[in-house]
Amino acid sequence: MVALAATSADARPASAAGAEPAVEAAGVEFSYKGRKALSGIDFRVAPGEIFGFLGPNGGGKTTLFRILATLARPERGTVRVFGSDLADAAGLVRLRRDLGVVFQSPSLDLQLTVRENLVHQGYLYGLRGADLAARVGKALARFGIADRAGERAKKLSGGLRRRAEIAKALLHGPRLLLLDEPSTGLDPGARRDLSRTLDGLRREGVTVLLTTHFMEEGDRCDRLALLDGGRIVAEGSPAALKEEIGGDVVILTGPDPEALARDLAARYPELSPAVRDGAVRFERERAHEFVARLVETLPGRIEAVSVARPTLEDVFLRRTGRALGAADAEDADGSERELAAGESP
Amino acid sequence: MSPLAVLTLWRRELQRFFRQPSRVAGAAGTPLVFWLFMGSGLSGSFRLPGAAGVSYLQFFFPGTIVLVLLFAAIFSTISVIEDRHEGFLQGVLVAPVSRGAIVAGKVLGGATLAWIQAVVFLALAPLSGIHLTLRSALEAAGVLAILAVSLTAIGFGFAWKVDSVQGFHAVMNVVLLPMWLLSGAFFPLAGAPRWLAALMRIDPLTYGVEALRGVLYAAPVAAAVAITAAVALAAYACDLAVTRGGRVD
Repeated sequence: MVALAATSADARPASAAGAEPAVEAAGVEFSYKGRKALSGIDFRVAPGEIFGFLGPNGGGKTTLFRILATLARPERGTVRVFGSDLADAAGLVRLRRDLGVVFQSPSLDLQLTVRENLVHQGYLYGLRGADLAARVGKALARFGIADRAGERAKKLSGGLRRRAEIAKALLHGPRLLLLDEPSTGLDPGARRDLSRTLDGLRREGVTVLLTTHFMEEGDRCDRLALLDGGRIVAEGSPAALKEEIGGDVVILTGPDPEALARDLAARYPELSPAVRDGAVRFERERAHEFVARLVETLPGRIEAVSVARPTLEDVFLRRTGRALGAADAEDADGSERELAAGESP
Repeated sequence: MSPLAVLTLWRRELQRFFRQPSRVAGAAGTPLVFWLFMGSGLSGSFRLPGAAGVSYLQFFFPGTIVLVLLFAAIFSTISVIEDRHEGFLQGVLVAPVSRGAIVAGKVLGGATLAWIQAVVFLALAPLSGIHLTLRSALEAAGVLAILAVSLTAIGFGFAWKVDSVQGFHAVMNVVLLPMWLLSGAFFPLAGAPRWLAALMRIDPLTYGVEALRGVLYAAPVAAAVAITAAVALAAYACDLAVTRGGRVD
């Protein structure tokens, strides 16, 4: 709740202030096989916002995604989507019409053609006749897959399949689009495609909620929640999150990084330098001036210097003490994937 | 329950089947080989108790049609597991569609495919020495329809609960194939040892085979058809319960 109170004001589109939130979660908890996958999640997403959950695999993203997609029910806490409680079974069918879901694993039927996939999807959402035909035509054109419409989905490349997935999820005109790790497994071109699609949705006022472990994708969100160990460790716009680092991130390499870090800490205790991946890392304002002095003071001890603006990776590191990209071999990781492959327990 | 959703899921089962030639060939070939080799091989060696003048090839024919149904039902229920693994099912589960519509679409789709294959096989009846009349053929098609729903529904219930194709193979070997072996398809109830006969009488498939044999030989079948229909309904009801129980609806 603290994070929520501190950041709820920034970066929210002004027009949406005071409007009913698109998604509102309070105190969401979920366990899987006796292990807490989510321990008390609170967040609000304003209508029209692109909101991201950034965190390592096993941090709870998949579990949270399944709850939002109505495939799993939180053990504690509530989730409201456009004001309706996900726990209210009677309203669920109506609520699902407002949702578009793009899973990480594809949901296309690879034996069917692209067009057949879209038509089946339309029928499942109660669309038919001329309306359905028009929507299918528009979706195929919009995502640049009209020329492949008659081909079986299995013949499409990964990037085109992802486009077809998104076309499928948007066919019925959902107000909220959920995307689970949308850029995983995509080449750079397909990632650019995806980001253009998200920009288009922003203009149309569709609310987008996505999960990712790529900081580049996090950077494109209006607001972000950093998720680790089943908790939100920070929340805000990418810019606001990075501001808290204060200054630049400096990385030094040298023959003996451990000794270098000890000497630095002795001379400049406020830096709290740390050794990561064989390099010394610290944060410092106006680092370029400081580094020039440092290299002169410690001749021969420093071989290479990197000074960079902080990234979301640095924010994550500061908040959790762990790197975002570090694949954690914890059990939670395995159990989440298991959960994703199966159904809600 | 949305009829449109049921119809689209049903249609998808048919589209997928006819696009996989290996599935079509496997479904038709295996029972044909079974019937021809086993029936011919056993014909010379065995006399059927209480069925003088009936060759084993002829006796085995209705049982083979039921095997066609069983294989077809098994294949289509394995598609439930594939749908889950390939991700298609999750897309259906988040759609505004009731679980009842998913059961109806998948079970009726699978049953339709099983029924088509069984009816094609039924056309071979004269080769086994069974004389088909229009009436017996239509009645047999009716019995096969009930049995197709029953077997597909039984398979669906297991497939929904089982995570892997390997797990389903275990179910197949422990439950579905013994059901067929004990159904009187392979050897008659008359003449079986008492303990085996008892097992055969509690096997629901026994009554399906009896009904099919009955319509082909113009014997009374009302009780057997009624039991077969009741089994089909019970299996279908179990599917509805299994897909709802303990899951998000």
